[in-house]
Order: sequence, then C-alpha cells, then structure tokens
Amino acid sequence: MKIITGNDLKTGDVTWWTGSDWSRHVEDAVDVGENFEAVMQEEEATRRVNVPYAIEAEMTDDGPRPAHIKDRVRALGPTVRPDLTLKPADPDAGNWVI
Amino acid sequence: MYQYDKYDQQMVDTRVAEFRDQVERRLAGNLTEDQFKPLRLMNGLYLQLHAYMLRVAIPYGTLNGKQMRMLGHIARKYDRDYGHFTTRQNIQYNWIKLEDAPDILADLASVEMHAIQTSGNCIRNISSDQYAGAAADEIADPRPWAEILRQWSSFHPEFSYLPRKFKIAVIASDEDRAAMRLHDIGIQLVHKDGELGAKFFVGGGMGRTPMIAPEIRDFVPADELISYAEACLRVYNRYGRRDNKYKARIKILVHELGKEEYTRQVEEEFAHMKTLGLNPPVEELARISEYFADPAFDTNASDDLDLSDPDFNLWVDQNTEEHKQAGYAIAVISLKPTSGIPGDASSAQIDLMADLAEQYSFDELRVTHSQNIVLPHVKKSDLYALWQKLDEAGLAPANLDLITDSIACPGLDYCSLANARSIPLAQKISERFADLGRQRELGELKLKISGCINACGHHHAGHIGILGVDRKGTENYQLLLGGSAAEDTSLAKITGPGFDEDGVIDAIETVTDLYLKERQEDERFIDTYRRVGMAAFKEAIYG
Repeated sequence: MKIITGNDLKTGDVTWWTGSDWSRHVEDAVDVGENFEAVMQEEEATRRVNVPYAIEAEMTDDGPRPAHIKDRVRALGPTVRPDLTLKPADPDAGNWVI
Repeated sequence: MYQYDKYDQQMVDTRVAEFRDQVERRLAGNLTEDQFKPLRLMNGLYLQLHAYMLRVAIPYGTLNGKQMRMLGHIARKYDRDYGHFTTRQNIQYNWIKLEDAPDILADLASVEMHAIQTSGNCIRNISSDQYAGAAADEIADPRPWAEILRQWSSFHPEFSYLPRKFKIAVIASDEDRAAMRLHDIGIQLVHKDGELGAKFFVGGGMGRTPMIAPEIRDFVPADELISYAEACLRVYNRYGRRDNKYKARIKILVHELGKEEYTRQVEEEFAHMKTLGLNPPVEELARISEYFADPAFDTNASDDLDLSDPDFNLWVDQNTEEHKQAGYAIAVISLKPTSGIPGDASSAQIDLMADLAEQYSFDELRVTHSQNIVLPHVKKSDLYALWQKLDEAGLAPANLDLITDSIACPGLDYCSLANARSIPLAQKISERFADLGRQRELGELKLKISGCINACGHHHAGHIGILGVDRKGTENYQLLLGGSAAEDTSLAKITGPGFDEDGVIDAIETVTDLYLKERQEDERFIDTYRRVGMAAFKEAIYG
C-alpha cells in the first residue's frame, strides 16, 4: 500500500494523510494507491502540510507499517527518548521501529 | 569575551525582523516551501525527521552565563526541555515550531546570539580550541582571531553562495584540540622570529571523501591573516565545482589541482589583494583583543588540593586540565553519563552550568567539538565544591577522553540524512564499558560514531570509528580503526564487513582486548594500533 506523510507547516509535527485530513498517528493513514500526486499537490497548496511524500507501507493488525525504518522512526518518535514518542506509556513501542 | 557593538546588534536585530516577515509570508501562503527553504536555512532552521530543528551558533564555542541560561530558556519554553550540543561547538533544538522561530531568534538576539550561517553554502561558525585563553601550552589566545574571522565572514557578500559549506578552525598550540586539519581551512597561530603569524592548512574535511588538509603556508603575518584567508576563499569560489555537490568542497579542488598549483593561485591572489589594503585596521584588532584579556586571576591562589575523596580524586585526574595560571584549572563537564545521549543536556542542567560558570569560572563556558562543556578558569580551591554540585546534577562522569566519552551524531533518531541510529550504539557501548576502572585501564580512546557517510560524528577521526549504513533496509555498522583528530591527524580505515548493533560492540571489545594484550609501556590505543597494524586487529575480529 502507499501512504502519504509530511510535516505540519506550523508545528513541524509528522503527519499522515487520512483521506480527508492529516493525523499525527500512522494508524490513521489510508492507502492512496496511485492517487498520491494529486493529493500532495492539493494539500501542499492549502498549506496544511509541508513537503509531503508518498511511501510504501504494509497493512498489519496494528495498522499501516512504513516499509523503511526512517519512516517508522518518524511515525513513533526518537527510539532513544521513549518519553517523547507518541507512545510514552509503552516501553516496547521501539520494537515496532526495528 | 567579545561584546556586540552597535553594528553587530543592528545586523542581528534586522535579520530577526526580516525572518519574522518571511515566516509570516510563508504561513500566509505567500511563499512556497521552495522559496522559503533557502531563507529558513540561512537562519539555521532545518526540517528534520520529527519537526523543525534550529541550530544556534556559539562562536568558537564560547559563551557566558547569561547566554547559556538563554539556551536553557529556549529549551524549556520552545522545545522539549533539552538541547543537543554538537560536534561544531553549536547547540541544536529538535522540536521547534515554525511559528515560534522568530521569537526564539529575538530571544537569542537579546543576549548577542543568533543562528545565522549555521546552514547553507557559506562560511559556518568559526571553531577553535575549547581551552583558548586558559591553556598552558598556547602561544597566543586564538579567540580574537576567531572573532575577527567571524566578523569578516558574517554576511560576506562574496562568500554567501560558495560551491559548498565552508568550515574554519583556529588554534594556537601544537596540541590540536579542535580537529584543525580536518577543516576546509585550518589556521595555527605561530611565532616566527618573534613575530606572531599563522600557518595555513587548506583542504581538509570528513564527509564521504575524508582528507587531511595540507600545509600551504608556514607563516602569514598576523595582520595579513584575513587577506590570506580571503585569497584562499577566492580561488575556491572561482574554481570550486558547482555541478556536483559531492565534489564541491574545497578539499576536492585542492586535491584535483594539487597542493602546489592551488597554493600558487592563492599566492597570486594574495599578492593582488595586498595592493587593495583589505587587512583589518590595527585599531580594530586591538579593540577586539581587549575583550579577550585575562580575567582578574587571584595571583596568590594555591595549587594545593585535598584529594581525600576518591571520587573527586578520579574526576580531578580525568576531567581537569592544566591552566596557564597557577592555582587554577580547566574543568571539563562530561555530557556522557552511562546510558546517556552524548551532547544532550536538560534545561535544568544548562541553567546549572550557567550558574556554575558565573560562580566559579569568571562567567565563561566553552562547548567542545567532543560535545562536552568546559569551565575554563576554575580556582583549584573551588574544584571540590564545583564537583559536588555537578555530581548532584549528574554532570560529573569522570570519563574525559575515555572510551565512553564518545562523539555521536543525532543519527536516524533525529536526522533525515542518517541511514542508521548512532545514539543507541553510544548508549550500549557506555553500558558495556561502564566500569570506570576498566575505562581508565584502556586509557585515552577516542570513539566516534556517525549515522551516515556525512560524518557529523567524525568517525573518520576516531581511534575507533563507527559508520552506520543502510544494508537492504537494516541498520549495519562498519568498524574503523586508526583515526585521529589531534596533531597526529590520521584517517581511520575500515576493518572489513559490517556488523549488527550487538556485533559491532563485541568487535570493539575484541579490539580493546587485543590492545591491552599488545600494549607496550604507556602506549595509547592509537599508538599500539599504529605499531601493530590493521592486520592483527582484523585477524582478531574476523579470524
């Protein structure tokens, strides 16, 4: 599957395209198939996201999992600061990245 | 230390106002990202993995308590309560919001700081010896020269769009504590026939093509130093490649032209420049130098120290250096606790270091390229009280220059260029070698870790270097041996096939075990490696 990610223009937060909006959580990302160029152009023009790009991911029981480790780090947060990730209460969250 | 004059302050304030306008236009949609990106980068604002990242310049690594406290304030108010001290004597914040960036720059400007030229193809922050003005072995204080170079290079119209970024280091002792020969220009202040001048080394650097800068001039009179630097830059700006960013650094130009031909062209340019009268006026040199006069040392201060506390004794032995003034010491605060993140400090720790600088070090701090903090002028009679306060705050690891005092770039945990994580490796190595007795038995051992070929973690210059690579989507680590950033500058060589995370830590243990077995007398790891050679280490690692 293909999902779209970028950074929020104002905050810089990592965001994922949900089909109608942007979410901080990769679990909310939807498969955009080959339609990613149009979505990215429109969303960048409306300034809701900065530098969007499409990536490969696989659907798992926990939702989409980006194919590349770099995007998994982006999705969770720095593995060396669990307190700053999106799942600070889950000590094993970093395993999902690796 | 230097204080802004009205021109400095006006330039920085004007830049803040200009950037505030640019940010407003970006947020309003009047600038595209393609238009805005070069503008934000000129103000040190990157877009990294998780957010915007702001790199703040700390000129030649020197700052006072008020400035340090402002860095803590920014961490607390605008970021996530910490900052990351870098291998270029700067600080980075990883969680900046675009809408906050102008206010942050205004806060910085209020204490004579900025983020200008911390990115882009321009002359970056001038780096220097972190012990400048305090070291017993320096022939002059390099900071006035670093400051003159800072002023000359700030907004230099001819050098704002160089083929690639450009880094300059200035030192003033034979011992190189600033990786001087691994800079685009390395300057060593020297005396010749009683006159102060400088040796010039040009064309060094790390990155994907590491090179040691060759010496191109053994003496440039001090009052012509700027003109000579300008001549070096002019030749580079004219002939440096702009068609291929991987071949655009000056090291490639010097290498391809050859040192002799590059030097010939520089000398020709220099001869021309001397006719233009571009050297800074003598009064300006004198004005700047006055800011770097020695503080009011107590000339009756005693060298006696009560070392009966064994932990304090270890810290003094490992983390203090000889000072030029009797009764004083240079104290190094290690930002490398066991399991810690090299170079990271919380806002509370930053505040404390500011307080301690004011209380014990004539209001001065330095940031080292090894990602530690220096209090340059501490009276020996104050060392115990200082150490106790550092220890309470987790800032007293006694590991300066030992294997756990590693350099590590932010790596894949933060950096969009990285291929592998660096920090977890540094943490695990610090845990494997946590025993201080074992570390001290190994002695001086410079371990440097980069998460990609760009080498922000200086892996080429590590006695032991580690380079993280992406191997079919998996993190893999290459082990390198034999590098040095000191006066015996050398480039490390790759041992062989890479390892996973645990494997490379095991390999490090193997090479340190071999070192202990082969060591003769007082040899450091690097000395034994150079004597024994790579083959023995490869054999031990790979069989």
